[in-house]
Amino acid sequence: MTLLALSGIGKRFASTQKAGGVQALDDLSFAIQTGEFVSLLGPSGCGKSTALRLAAGLLTPDAGAVTFPHGKPEIGFVFQEPTLMPWADALTNTRLPLVLKSMPRREANARAAAALARVGLAGFERALPRELSGGMKMRVSIARALVAQPKLLLLDEPFAALDEITRNRLGDDLLRLWREDGLTVLFVTHSVSESAYLSERVLVMPPRPGRIAADIALPHSRDDRLSSVTIEAQRGINAALQAATA
Amino acid sequence: MRRVLDIVFPVALAAVILGSWEWTIFHWQVPHYVLPAPSAIARAICANFASLMASLGSTLAVTLQAFAAATLLGVATAIGFSQSRLLERTFYPYAVILQVTPVVAIAPLILIWVGFERINLALVIIATLVAFFPILAGATLGLKSADFNLLDLARLHGASRLQILWRIRLPTALPYLLSGMKTAGGLALIGAVVAEFVAGSGTATGLAWRIVESGNRLEIATLFAALALLALTGVLIFAALSLLEWALLRRWHESAISEAA
Ligand SMILES: Nc1ncnc2c1ncn2[C@@H]1O[C@H](COP(=O)(O)OP(=O)(O)O)[C@@H](O)[C@H]1O
Ligand SMILES: [Mg+2]
Repeated sequence: MTLLALSGIGKRFASTQKAGGVQALDDLSFAIQTGEFVSLLGPSGCGKSTALRLAAGLLTPDAGAVTFPHGKPEIGFVFQEPTLMPWADALTNTRLPLVLKSMPRREANARAAAALARVGLAGFERALPRELSGGMKMRVSIARALVAQPKLLLLDEPFAALDEITRNRLGDDLLRLWREDGLTVLFVTHSVSESAYLSERVLVMPPRPGRIAADIALPHSRDDRLSSVTIEAQRGINAALQAATA
Repeated sequence: MRRVLDIVFPVALAAVILGSWEWTIFHWQVPHYVLPAPSAIARAICANFASLMASLGSTLAVTLQAFAAATLLGVATAIGFSQSRLLERTFYPYAVILQVTPVVAIAPLILIWVGFERINLALVIIATLVAFFPILAGATLGLKSADFNLLDLARLHGASRLQILWRIRLPTALPYLLSGMKTAGGLALIGAVVAEFVAGSGTATGLAWRIVESGNRLEIATLFAALALLALTGVLIFAALSLLEWALLRRWHESAISEAA
């Protein structure tokens, strides 16, 4: 069942550098099925963030359309930076989507606390962002994205700023949450190994203007970063990426 | 320890300055109508205590009313600007013109328009005009400084403009606003003094008027007494606003955190 489809998307930005602007996306098309974990992989500047923001409805395309054939689902969004309110504690940050929907404070608090517990931050409800490590801040950001029980989770290079140990741990947690909730995940990354380990499908984007150069299915089980299957997947993705950027 | 030294050093400096001042007057026999000794100023404060306090109260009332009015008007205008680019484009130039026009120059006009029978209102209006701009500038900058991604996130979850203003823009603006308020607090006092000067004899009863009056009567010690009270008022206003800033920001904002550490 198709949850989300982008078809023939074009997007141009005004630019101070180039007259006529920058063509960020040109004829970008892909579809995502319910329950899939899909990575969007490409070099920096190829339009991954733009595609994700279009999917979330935060941008409107110049050409083409973003469609949700079975209705627009609740969406959770995770940015590259934790993007927390520095004046508010972890619980207040996490409950923001619920408060914006005017959910009663008691229920919002209970759900936010539960979401924090799910990302391993039970007991840190009252901690301010400046008191948390980079990895913990990202966990709050994920808890906030999950708190409104989204069907679709969009992540924009969420682990790019973290060290490898933290990154791996958060990746495993993300896989667990995906399995437990039956989420659909669209995961933007520029890391071949991350996409190979985490996803069921990798969409490879060439340098600007962005479109889909390769659509690679990875039919392996995600339980070992260094299994021969994962390494083999990395080889395939790498080859497609090289072909796309050449 | 550093906190203690922050107090000890300035106080020691004051003692040295006052001491050498006293000694200079005594040694060179400087006439009291040229420069009174600190002890003479202290005596003048004691002798005119009740009337000086009444004057202080009058100036302080004008200052605080003007500060409150400038804060309300500045924040309200900044919120208006943040909600409409058109509004900002149209009115910001006039706010700047207001800022660069010396208020002393329009003070007589305001006094005439408002009328000397409502002198207090006229003084408050003049002082408000002087204090208004830093609040507007701080609040406008602060409301614009919200994290774009955070704003996008709020929109994704269907936030209304009012929710975005209240939950994201205003808290982001708070440090900028408080910094503007610290500048405006001092300016409100300056504005009150200027307004009293312009209002002139008889009608105004604040500390600035006492300065003019004692100058005319060559009661230089009283003049200095009024001046000292004005300076003290300015310091207290600044200290109170710094304390407010610290109380509101100490938990999360870099500026207040590094100060406390
Ligand atoms: N708001 C914007 N205004 C102008 N140019 C933009 C804007 N957002 C993105 N771009 C441009 O579009 C291109 C793709 O950007 P982006 O989607 O952020 O790439 P990626 O996330 O893959 O690094 C880049 O050249 C970038 O400079
Ligand atoms: Mg990006």
